[in-house]
Amino acid sequence: MPVLEGRELRIVGFLCNWCSYGGADVAGVGRLTQPTDLRIIRVPCSGRIDPLFIVKAFLGGADGVLVSGCHPRDCHFSSGNFYARRRLEVLKGMLPVLGIEAGRFEYTWVSASEGQRWQHVVTSFTEQIHALGASPVKAVLAPEGPGLKPKGGDSAAA
Amino acid sequence: MQPLEDIKTKIREALPDLDCVIGWEKSWTPLSATPLFMRAPEDVDRLIWGPFNVNNPATYLTGFKGKKIGVLVKGCDSRSVVQLLQEKLVNREELVIFGLPCKGVIDVSKVTAKTGDPGLVKAAEFKGDVLQVTTSKGVTEIPFSEVMADKCVACQYPNAIISDHFAGDPLPPSMKPDPAEEQLAALAALAPAELFEHWAGVLNKCIRCYACRNACPMCVCRDHCIAQSRDPHWISQEHSVREKIMFQMIHSLHLAGRCTECGECQRACPVDIPILALRKKLNRVVKETFDYQAGVDPKATPPLFTFQVEEANINERGW
Repeated sequence: MPVLEGRELRIVGFLCNWCSYGGADVAGVGRLTQPTDLRIIRVPCSGRIDPLFIVKAFLGGADGVLVSGCHPRDCHFSSGNFYARRRLEVLKGMLPVLGIEAGRFEYTWVSASEGQRWQHVVTSFTEQIHALGASPVKAVLAPEGPGLKPKGGDSAAA
Repeated sequence: MQPLEDIKTKIREALPDLDCVIGWEKSWTPLSATPLFMRAPEDVDRLIWGPFNVNNPATYLTGFKGKKIGVLVKGCDSRSVVQLLQEKLVNREELVIFGLPCKGVIDVSKVTAKTGDPGLVKAAEFKGDVLQVTTSKGVTEIPFSEVMADKCVACQYPNAIISDHFAGDPLPPSMKPDPAEEQLAALAALAPAELFEHWAGVLNKCIRCYACRNACPMCVCRDHCIAQSRDPHWISQEHSVREKIMFQMIHSLHLAGRCTECGECQRACPVDIPILALRKKLNRVVKETFDYQAGVDPKATPPLFTFQVEEANINERGW
């Protein structure tokens, strides 16, 4: 990573085993050029993704989170992505009230044969995150950041 | 008060068939009532009704599953009961619901902001629409509208939504604007980095007592809460604001599409963190996306328990 130090952000991707992970694999086997900011976590189904996974990733310092599963009506378990769609949509609407821009989180559908589409998704999402810059979470939660200033110190001084 | 006497009579009549009936009685502190579990007819005499009845008795219902009990509810409490029924967390056959019209409850934080330390309050009494608070410094008179809980200002359900026994004349819903809109607009006006810093700042006060969770009628996992589990280990014992924010997000997201905005989490908070805003925002998202309000229709399915193949309000983003 030192080569890209400061030029790369950290993006976490949750990919379903049956479609999007395969799609990403096809993109890799096809040697399609992709940005390197994304770290992939393979999950059994997009329905397995608890919205709290995404929150945890953001609080851990991720600059962006991408979720990708099978297209609607195409789920390996027939209905997992329908439930996921509702949960993720609610999460996307709620994140801004916490101070995390809605654009830092996206969910999409990519099938196992869509290597080209995967390349497009990764490239445009990475561009979107670079446009937003580093997540405010990291700065605020850093040991010297404002979020962690011990309260006792303030009142003792007052 | 005639409706209260009527409901007491109804409770006494129903009591022989029930394990207990949950209501409120005078507490050791004059500014709040305390939950009352009526098991014998003489217990019913201690029942009170009025603006001090802030606690939500629906919180106790899941603990009594398997026993037949009664519960006296305000309009907002009845929404929690409906939501519990919708999720089949309590059985309708095991529950007798008593209702009275509610004119609103007080927010103890608002009262003590005017009178000082709640421990010094010697007596509190309503004279019409004025609250008389006696402290060692003298008597303070405060109009009810100034100390009413925020949720009551724009209350749309002052009467129990479902009840087996209802006494008194039903009250009309409030026409006043919701103070929550202003609070959420103030939060939305902040830049994302400032907003996150705001949450980190207010949540830094959190002592992780989990009172917000324990007071919540919808938090039914009790001893199996993932916040305290080691496997999966969602949050650590570390005393950092990251864990505190994570806990609030766990509570909020587990209430997505279920929260009835009874406000118990914020009321129970011993350090007055305005955490209800997170739930209110989530509820607005659910309302916009699924046109659904929790705890209003006993027959409805909560939106995250189901799906539609073609969602009406979810715009599939093309890439």
